[in-house]
Amino acid sequence: MSYAEASHLAQTWGLVLLAVLFVGAVIYALWPGNRDKFKRAAETPLKDEDDDDRQA
Amino acid sequence: MAARGLTETGDEALVILAILIAGMFLVLFGAGSVEGPFATQMWTMFVAFLLGAAGIVGQLARAPQSGKLSRYENGVVKAGVVASMFWGVAGLLVGLIIALQLAFPNLFYFPEAGWTNFGRLRPLHTSAVIFAFGGNVLIATSFYVVQRTCRARLAGGLWPWFVFWGYQLFIVLAGTGYLMGITQSREYAEPPWYTDLWLTLVWVVYLLVFLGTIWKRQEKHIYVANWFYLAFIVTIAMLHIVNNLAIPVTLTSSFSYSLFAGVQDALTQWWYGHNAVGFFLTAGFLAIMYYFIPKQADRPVYSYRLSIIHFWALIFLYIWAGPHHLHYTALPQWAQTLGATFSIMLWMPSWGGMINGLMTLSGAWDKLRTDPVLRMLVVSVAFYGMSTFEGPVMSIRAVNSLSHYTDWTIGHVHSGALGWVGFVSFGALYCLVPWLWKKQRLYSNALVEWHFWLATIGIVLYITSMWVAGVMQGLMWRAYNDFGFLEYSFVESVEAMHPYYIIRALGGGLYLLGALVMAYNLWRTARADAPAHERAGDHPVAAASAAAE
Repeated sequence: MSYAEASHLAQTWGLVLLAVLFVGAVIYALWPGNRDKFKRAAETPLKDEDDDDRQA
Repeated sequence: MAARGLTETGDEALVILAILIAGMFLVLFGAGSVEGPFATQMWTMFVAFLLGAAGIVGQLARAPQSGKLSRYENGVVKAGVVASMFWGVAGLLVGLIIALQLAFPNLFYFPEAGWTNFGRLRPLHTSAVIFAFGGNVLIATSFYVVQRTCRARLAGGLWPWFVFWGYQLFIVLAGTGYLMGITQSREYAEPPWYTDLWLTLVWVVYLLVFLGTIWKRQEKHIYVANWFYLAFIVTIAMLHIVNNLAIPVTLTSSFSYSLFAGVQDALTQWWYGHNAVGFFLTAGFLAIMYYFIPKQADRPVYSYRLSIIHFWALIFLYIWAGPHHLHYTALPQWAQTLGATFSIMLWMPSWGGMINGLMTLSGAWDKLRTDPVLRMLVVSVAFYGMSTFEGPVMSIRAVNSLSHYTDWTIGHVHSGALGWVGFVSFGALYCLVPWLWKKQRLYSNALVEWHFWLATIGIVLYITSMWVAGVMQGLMWRAYNDFGFLEYSFVESVEAMHPYYIIRALGGGLYLLGALVMAYNLWRTARADAPAHERAGDHPVAAASAAAE
């Protein structure tokens, strides 16, 4: 692949791909249906437990 | 259990043993090299592999401890905490020495002892604080956090120990190599090709241990801190491999030639260099922020959604910012502009993350008054905000024309390194020691206060002196007289730096003093016979220090 072909690919489909992926990540973060899941996830570090209370 | 080989002591010990024995044979080929320092490095590796093999045999000979599998793996995290503190003090000490060398060039410099040269000590300082201190903090905290947030024991049995000791060997090889004059002259990637190969092996195992633990998690959702750790591990693997692509001159020499040349090589180095800042010194330590601040404040993170956007925005933007290190060079101007543009865009996710960290304390700000550990963590986030604002400003070409090659850059790096990375690491270590050694609280909160103020005043002296020095250098270098000649010779700008270099060394000295106070406090905490399960943050300072006496 020549430099011209590589830069063309990066500036067209590469740009579209990354932009779509990023927008997808933002939609995932803001999706109302995920609200409860994220609320639970945020509590993860606070569920204190002893070293023994875990599954193997 | 089918996954026994992956999860606990047994087969993997034999695999590690085989790797170490194979390594011993391989390095013996280089041990007879005519290049003295190279032969020394090979013998260092030989001895390390021999000690490792002896350790494995000893481990195999010991009777398996029943019930061990039902507990978290804390041993390797404890080892990481001790290593972090040791390398932290060592790295800061070397930093103080080279700061003093700049102020007083004949101090600690002996022409007949090459290793006392600034050129050899400077990479020793940067590697010791970034990779030895920072790296050990990241490995230790990641092993702690991934177990707690996945509610699963660390995967891989002895493999995490291979990662820990393998990483210490990398540090020793790199550091002793610099002192003997071995370097491949790539900034923050000075270790030679064989050390790079060894680190690649260690790092891939690190990735597999981390992924293996996530794989067997008992929580459905992967907590955001683990995403940051994973981004750090994966990206550093990629950066390390590409930046170090090189052909050794011979297999019995430390010399090698990079696969890249000219401006492509320069861009590769700063693609590596800036993303080492982005993914080693930022993403990894943001993982610490997202676990330890909620934990110490006893409140969930301000906005979990914001943490996801923070994560993906950093991932998508950071990787493009490297070219801002090459303004006004042979790099095409469009690439320079691209680097600066992405650097400016980075300001937003960085401050999003800062707000998320700070606002986690919303409704609990009073804890800042009573809990110096939490205050350290929060001030680290404030420094993160400050240096992620300063960085984009300095990436603008016009500003860069003044700041580049001056001490302003050094000041900027240290506000991030001492303020953000240092403080968030200290906070995490202050949390971890009582948790891991099962103590009620730290030995002394008053000593944490001392550490906090010594370090904070140290940072302020450091960065303000470097701002003044840097701007003065930039202005002196670009000043012309009426006839179009340069107003100042270079050495005049060096002379003008003298008082600021003294102030900087003073700031660094205070910061080192704070770290020594911390090491003493942590040592006393680990030794004291206090009962478990109560947090330092539960006590106001007065009560805690009274109880300490």
